[in-house]
Amino acid sequence: MSAVIDKETKKVLIDPLVNNNPITLQVLGICSALAVTSQMSTSLIMALALTSVVACSSAAISSIRNHIPGSIRIIVQMTIIASLVIVVDQILKAFAYEISKQLSVFVGLIITNCIVMGRAEAYAMKNPPLASFLDGIGNGAGYSLILIVVAFFRELFGSGKLLGIDILPLQQDGGWYVPNGLMLLPPSAFFIIGMIIWVFRQWKPEQQEEPNFKILDIAHGEGGQH
Amino acid sequence: MSNGNLKQRLESCGHYQKFKAYADKILAMSNDSLEKTIAVALSLSFVCAILVSFSAVALKPLQIENKAMDMKRNILDVAGLLTKDTDIHQAFAELVEEKLVNLETGEYVDDMDPASYDQRKAAKDPKLSVAIPPEKDIAHIRRKAKIAKIYLVKKGDKIDSIILPVHGYGLWSTMYGFLALEADGQTVKSINFYDQAETPGLGGEVVNPKWRALWKGKKVYDENGNVALTLVKGNVDSSKPDAVYKVDALAGATLTSNGVSNLIKFWLGEDGFKPFLDKIIRSNG
Repeated sequence: MSAVIDKETKKVLIDPLVNNNPITLQVLGICSALAVTSQMSTSLIMALALTSVVACSSAAISSIRNHIPGSIRIIVQMTIIASLVIVVDQILKAFAYEISKQLSVFVGLIITNCIVMGRAEAYAMKNPPLASFLDGIGNGAGYSLILIVVAFFRELFGSGKLLGIDILPLQQDGGWYVPNGLMLLPPSAFFIIGMIIWVFRQWKPEQQEEPNFKILDIAHGEGGQH
Repeated sequence: MSNGNLKQRLESCGHYQKFKAYADKILAMSNDSLEKTIAVALSLSFVCAILVSFSAVALKPLQIENKAMDMKRNILDVAGLLTKDTDIHQAFAELVEEKLVNLETGEYVDDMDPASYDQRKAAKDPKLSVAIPPEKDIAHIRRKAKIAKIYLVKKGDKIDSIILPVHGYGLWSTMYGFLALEADGQTVKSINFYDQAETPGLGGEVVNPKWRALWKGKKVYDENGNVALTLVKGNVDSSKPDAVYKVDALAGATLTSNGVSNLIKFWLGEDGFKPFLDKIIRSNG
């Protein structure tokens, strides 16, 4: 019995890291991944904030899942998520003021992060609270992983630093490295996420999607009806 | 009183029994009935409201403290008084004097308490602020408070530096900062921005200490009393006589740099602190 639970638990926790990553496979939660990843420190806090919100909201929603009327289920989920996000925002403002200044509106925008709603709908509505909590932690960790990898490249190549510590000496300060300004702008996160998705899908070919349409080659005969 | 005792007393209470019976009835209902939908919505809102208001109220003192601390730290920083182990509250209380200035007349306002005055709030209050006509609104702030809160750092009886609050629109955000001037009201000591949301790494470099260091010793007004201090693209040629009015713009952040130039021009001009600097500072000087 315990082996079964452990296996389930492990699956719920580990799967979202690579096999079912919310960003790279489900392509959810991209907006904040673009916005807060120009520095490692903000990404880490954002990752922590999102993970705690997903885990707690999933657990809360799951614990009342049998009594949520279908007609207002999305609103109920939103209310729980929004309340938790406000609490997290208040805590950051009280205990990590500098970081909360940098994250500004993005903590509030966790409310609209598709990962949180996605887990509530897909998992927490059907599973018991503890499993939902772990599922939230797992998905939060999957999100965090991508966020931190993206932030690593953006901060290193965009400003020659990691966690605010100089790594590559910048040319403007007498070093040799000319920072890549594009890395500091949101579009660069698209490129990096795109590359991560490509790496993941090369590594795990089962993640590659079937093409929705097959392009017919009309010009070279075969089925062409002119 | 033991827990069992409390439970017994609770259970024997008529209201509790009624409530419990009602709750059981609701819980047993079909999820999609109207009554249950309303009951779930109400009780959920109630629980969430308590959670949110509790966290907001309980953490408020800490947040206010953080904000005040951050403000003081920035003021000490721009005045050049901040070292690693400065006790911020103590240093602020000892060295910095808060003053209110009427922007129109340029005189001190003595019948109000500077500690409780919030210029940012006042700028939004129609009674305490004035609209800036669009042709004069080069900093794109639309309204300004009638009374500004400035900070004086004194050494003995003499003014050592004058710290002026400035703000204006950059590329994405209104940038709020402090400009510290020497006692002559003409030479820049330092500048910093404590609230801005410009592009990190480009416009966000307004907070970079290396860039801020370029401001030291620059002059604000030319011989005719016009604001000459501005940001320029490319390196400032220090051999030219007007180099003293020019600061390197931020690389790759033209619009943020324009914003900084504009807010300097606005806040040190006739609509900003020029009347005050002319009247109070230079007349004593």
